[in-house]
Amino acid sequence: MVKEEQEESPNRPDNTAFTQQRLPAWQPILSASIVIPMFVLIGAAFIGVGVALFIASRDIQLQELDYTGDDSAHPCYKCRSSTEKCTCSMTFSIPNLFKGPVFFYYGLTNYFQNQRKYGASKDDNQLYGDLDYFKDPSSSCDPYTLDSRNIPIVPCGALANSMFNDTFSLSHVVNGTQKIVPLNGKGIAWWTDYNVKFRNPSVTPLINAFNGTKKPTNWPKPAYELDTTDVYNNGFINQDFLVWMRRAALPDFRKLYRRITHDDYVNGLPAGNYTLTIEYNYPVYSFNGRKKVVLSNVSWMGGKNDFLGIAYIVVGSMCVVMSIVMLIVYAKFKFAEDD
Amino acid sequence: TQSNCIVTSKYNILTFLPVNLFEQFQEVANTYFLFLLILQLIPQISSLSWFTTIVPLALVLSITAVKDATDDYFRHKSDNQVNNRQSQVLIRGSLQNEKWMNVKVGDVIKLENNQFVAADLLLLSSTEPHGLCYIETAELDGETNMKVRQSVSVTAELGDPNNLASFDGEVVCEPPNNKLDRFCGTLYWREKKYPLTNQNMLLRGCVLRNTEACYGLVIFAGPDTKLMQNSGRTKFKRTSIDQYHLREVGSLFQSYLPWDPPVDNFMFSAFLSFWSYIIILNTVVPISLYVSVEVIRLGHSYFINWDRQMFCSRCNTAAESRTTTLNEELGQVEYIFSDKTGTLTQNIMTFNKCSINGQTYGEVDPLGKQRKRLDFTPFNPLANPDFCFYDEKLLESVKVGDLHTHEFFRLLSLCHTVMSEEKSEGELVYKAQSPDEGALVTAARNFGFVFRSRTPGTITTIEMGRTVTYSLLAILDFNNIRKRMSVIVRSPEGRICLYCKGADTVLLERLHPCNQELMSITSDHLNEYGADGLRTLALAYRELSEDEWEAWSESHRCADKATDCREDRLAAAYDKIEQDMKLLGATAIEDKLQEGVPETIALLSLANIKIWVLTGDKQETAVNIGYSCKMLTDDMTEVFIIGGHTVQSVRQELRSAIVCRHQRDCTSGRGSKQLHCSSFPPSASGDMDSISGEFALIISGHSLAHALEADMEAEFVSTACACKAVICCRVTPLQKAQVVELIKKHKKAVTLAIGDGANDVSMIKSAHIGVGISGQEGIQAVLASDYSFAQFRFLQRLLLVHGRWSYLRMCRFLCYFFYKNFAFTMVHFWFGFFCGFSAQTVYDQYFITLYNIVYTSLPVLAMGVFDQDVPDHRSLEYPKLYEPGQLNLLFNKKEFFICITQGIYTSVVLFFVPYAVLSDATQSNGVPLADYQTFTVTTATALVIVVSVQIALDTGFWTVFNHMFVWGSVGSYFTIMFALHSQTLFRIFPNQFRFIGSAQNTLLQPVVWLTIALATAICVVPVLAFRFLKLDLKPQLSDTVRHTQLARQKRRKPAGRSMGRLGARGGSRRSGYAFSHQEGFGELITSGKNMRLSSLALANFASKHSSSWIETLRRKKNNHTPPSTSGECSPAPSNMSGMGPALSNSSSVLGGSQETPIEEETDTAVVLSSLSHPAASEPAEPRAPAQVAPADSSTSAAARTDSPGGWTRSLETVQVSCFFS
Repeated sequence: MVKEEQEESPNRPDNTAFTQQRLPAWQPILSASIVIPMFVLIGAAFIGVGVALFIASRDIQLQELDYTGDDSAHPCYKCRSSTEKCTCSMTFSIPNLFKGPVFFYYGLTNYFQNQRKYGASKDDNQLYGDLDYFKDPSSSCDPYTLDSRNIPIVPCGALANSMFNDTFSLSHVVNGTQKIVPLNGKGIAWWTDYNVKFRNPSVTPLINAFNGTKKPTNWPKPAYELDTTDVYNNGFINQDFLVWMRRAALPDFRKLYRRITHDDYVNGLPAGNYTLTIEYNYPVYSFNGRKKVVLSNVSWMGGKNDFLGIAYIVVGSMCVVMSIVMLIVYAKFKFAEDD
Repeated sequence: TQSNCIVTSKYNILTFLPVNLFEQFQEVANTYFLFLLILQLIPQISSLSWFTTIVPLALVLSITAVKDATDDYFRHKSDNQVNNRQSQVLIRGSLQNEKWMNVKVGDVIKLENNQFVAADLLLLSSTEPHGLCYIETAELDGETNMKVRQSVSVTAELGDPNNLASFDGEVVCEPPNNKLDRFCGTLYWREKKYPLTNQNMLLRGCVLRNTEACYGLVIFAGPDTKLMQNSGRTKFKRTSIDQYHLREVGSLFQSYLPWDPPVDNFMFSAFLSFWSYIIILNTVVPISLYVSVEVIRLGHSYFINWDRQMFCSRCNTAAESRTTTLNEELGQVEYIFSDKTGTLTQNIMTFNKCSINGQTYGEVDPLGKQRKRLDFTPFNPLANPDFCFYDEKLLESVKVGDLHTHEFFRLLSLCHTVMSEEKSEGELVYKAQSPDEGALVTAARNFGFVFRSRTPGTITTIEMGRTVTYSLLAILDFNNIRKRMSVIVRSPEGRICLYCKGADTVLLERLHPCNQELMSITSDHLNEYGADGLRTLALAYRELSEDEWEAWSESHRCADKATDCREDRLAAAYDKIEQDMKLLGATAIEDKLQEGVPETIALLSLANIKIWVLTGDKQETAVNIGYSCKMLTDDMTEVFIIGGHTVQSVRQELRSAIVCRHQRDCTSGRGSKQLHCSSFPPSASGDMDSISGEFALIISGHSLAHALEADMEAEFVSTACACKAVICCRVTPLQKAQVVELIKKHKKAVTLAIGDGANDVSMIKSAHIGVGISGQEGIQAVLASDYSFAQFRFLQRLLLVHGRWSYLRMCRFLCYFFYKNFAFTMVHFWFGFFCGFSAQTVYDQYFITLYNIVYTSLPVLAMGVFDQDVPDHRSLEYPKLYEPGQLNLLFNKKEFFICITQGIYTSVVLFFVPYAVLSDATQSNGVPLADYQTFTVTTATALVIVVSVQIALDTGFWTVFNHMFVWGSVGSYFTIMFALHSQTLFRIFPNQFRFIGSAQNTLLQPVVWLTIALATAICVVPVLAFRFLKLDLKPQLSDTVRHTQLARQKRRKPAGRSMGRLGARGGSRRSGYAFSHQEGFGELITSGKNMRLSSLALANFASKHSSSWIETLRRKKNNHTPPSTSGECSPAPSNMSGMGPALSNSSSVLGGSQETPIEEETDTAVVLSSLSHPAASEPAEPRAPAQVAPADSSTSAAARTDSPGGWTRSLETVQVSCFFS
């Protein structure tokens, strides 16, 4: 071409792969030789993982005890509407060794910790130990910012105010006598919550920091008395408080209460009868909630979870079936094209 | 006084911010986001932080503002350039250079040859005799033949600046309007009235040609000029996809927002919660959609600008995308409206072929060998060096002295109305009224028969180096009925000869019977030429004896003098002598098309795009171009021509076209079809498009005016759309726009208008897409256009490659974008069922803010900018690939539904899989995983991974950028998440970064990863399988092309590309005669009116018009006496009435007896009263009040002419008034 030989005019666009849209490019195409083997591979892998998960999940032991007490025959029925301090106990038996470590959970259902305003009703600066926010909590805590006499509430907010306050003790019935199973409450909260996110003000004694503040209205005792025995489990870094403050994603949830890791129970709970004694404080009747205690152990992949294993197996099988269908279609299409 | 300043820009520095913001908030989307922002500031409602909306909104507003500012800057620049052009204004009797914008109504300005006319002028005088001047109106109406304008004779005599300075006429005229061919006004001067018509006007946008200089009085300036009145308002153009997703934005919220069951039974709380959900769910159509769409369009625009294959090296212009909002619309064009002159044609006529005595010359070598261009200079020093001819046989034939060839070229050098001008010895310049004629005379010149000069009674030629002067006995002028012209000349030897050229149809039947054999051969040649799209003329001559001439001359004189039916009698007289002629041969002139026009049109019609030609030019010319660019072919079933002048006749013609088409359809069909035809009357327009057979419609401007009326337009549209080709000729710029609007209204199709001149501006503006041909003289079309490039043929690349890609990319982008945002947003909705519809978000607020800006923006942007399904040359090879765009297959309600369904499906999976897994899951240390933050991180991570995998599947063209962006986005997600969940940030703002530690805690759990993998598989596997099966079972054409392309199989489908000679030969011949001729030039010549004094002085003979031209001569000399005596010498108007008869039969050119003064009647008093105002104290009134003033009120405009002594005071005033007609 004559044009090409002419001198490049400055107006002429640059001849680069980018400007001329000729960039080298990988142009994948869904060809049978890639898609069908891929489906087979995915299918096989999923089935494999699924089976492993299923087996792991099957080996996990789980003991669930509902102690809401809505049934009049239930030992906790009496505590349901009582305003007094009320204790009830339930017995259960474990047929085989409940392999340790065993985790002790409390569970609530129909409890919307994930409600937006409930969840937002706290003051992170306050919980970070910032004394300025003790005197002037953030308005996000409304309506639990100030009490009726305009004294700031610490810790403020609905989330803290509604802290779960049932307590449990577990005893093993050995030869007719109750042997208390020691419950370990250390390290049940997230490391970051305990060490970073929540902090007591650096005032000793802790009680001085709370001068001029009120305890949350529903709390029986102020925050600095949550665990008077252990400085490192008191105030805002109390493990139970931390566990409660890490709000659940769904209305039915379990929270870790204790671990069974001591004494004779290092290897788990031996077979036998057990008594669970509940100090029943937390009202759930008003919102149709249920309360339960769960004992469980874990495998390599965590707690009991049948869904994951089954889902993997199903998806894997679907992939394999799909690959067969595609093979048939592809073969038909191929023949049709050859004609 | 209206200034001549033109403002097309929208803002200045001060108004920019408020006006621009106001405009931006007129956009629904922006207002909507502003509304959302306000909602978020209400604490009771706010479910998200305010910054999730304000950051993107501010970004969008500022980007748009910057873009608008740059656009406006360029408009300012072009305004400045136009406004600062220099023109010479007569101020106080001397010429001063003035900028265009300072020209005012009432100024007298001087124009020189080839200058643009600065404003609408009343021609006062010109350097040519009789106040004639020639203009080219291509910018206005697309016609390129020269037009004649003449000043009113009284002003024509003013001549020089001194006289003009004292001109004090008053013009009363109609208010500014957009009618280019009409002007109505009256000049009051020296107590006489002179009617003014369009013949006296020079309109802005015209170019002065072949006239050294002329003077004009500014009547309309600036925005009042007819050019500007025709340009219409700039409208904001919006693509159909744009409109579509805007509608979706509106409807989405009505359908998806839950009126959640009130948690605490308070309607108010429910109300607040409703708005909270509006805020949360707004991410379905986030503002980043608008940003991304703009970025993608900008990218596509740059690709258009950068395309070397749309660069014209001859004009040194690259294609330019002047707007960035319409790119994807380029992929959906169904109708193209094209201008003819300058767009399809180069407006160059070349003498291409000829047939002399049965021998054809100028055939293209069938082997396509590049033939040597003939060099005429050694043979003929007077040859025009620009003339190209490749057949040396013809030159040989001239050189050996073949009698027929000589006679052939002698005819061409004598039989015409061209004027010549010899600036210096041997440097001839021809002023042809039509380019066809110029080409023929130039051809004769180069072949040794040089037309040198003419007087009213002689023609001087140089034949093979020998000067010969013929006396011109008569010019038998052209008109539309005769379709021929003849001259009768007497050679120096005394031989009287009639030379005739004309349309073959009329000429061949006037030949002497002995010519039979030659006639059939020539006829064959004519057919060949016609099939090649050339304009043909047949040439013949006849020798006359002295007696014959005397007899005829007598009868002609009789006819000429007749008072009644003069035209008919003349025609009969002409007819009598143009008999028994001998055929000489035929010429073929090529109206040079732009490069590649027929191929482009063929390709575009294969892509199912309908092309309409809208031209201001004549029907014959338009039809001829239709044939030469293969829009019309001889194998078309029927070409309907609609040329009626009345409503009834147009209706009749349209109906008969419909009936005719139906009959054809029925007769060609089988029996059952006939039944169908008879049972359904042809008025049903629904099935018109499907009618078989190829039809074409040619409609002229005056018929179009009727066809566009409300009661007929539906009929017109249905007929026109059933035709394969539609040509509208003689249309005004406004009609062009009306046609476009009509199609927009009735067909709901995307329209594209392409043109090069100011006359196309309105059409370009009203079409969805306007394309301007750049690199020509005028820039108005380019300025009004959305895209501009130098060659019509680039249109195929613009549409089939860039448009198609843009559409494809935009559709893929939108599909994916809606998918990813539905997948993202609907999770909140499902979560709503589990959080008491409290408007709790599933994700972290930072994730919500960044999701559309950072985590998922670039991969989809890269796809939107770079994706290609098939390479560019493939889309040109398979024009059918364009069809999905026209049918809007890639993004319509169905596709939209599919992608949101997929999005919702993904959101369901993304919510319920983690829900099922995590509700019971624990970490290996027993801590449950069901806390909110873990759930959030798991879902968000799964979402990012799923949409990334999905974009990987959607991307068909993985450039390095795609890789970078896809991997980069996933990487950035993890990086940013770990940063946001870090302790450092938390320690600074404990209240803002609440997710501390969640990332580490969550992502270290194998269960979380298993969940993510499971969710990804469930989302992607069905899509993959579905796509594979679709590809196998129902492949699209693009899939097939892509497949074959990738497989490097060379089997090419014969779809398309029947290039080269399209259409069979044979059939129609199209006479090239007088394609742009006007009647009356013969008269002009024989009367000597357009002769220069110098050439007239040489003349020494008497013709039948001698008395008038001698009188002219006398008057002319009088005019040239010194100005000091002009007062007494200038003849009274009544003296000039002698001119009248000479002109009376050339009314179309000279406007009849306009120069006869009209006796003033009622208006005199008014005019006198306004004249009596001292001009200097009369405040200049703005134009607008003048328009609403009652008809008889005059506003005066102060002219800057200074009166030389001797004239009255009121001479300083030029009155320009308006009245309502």
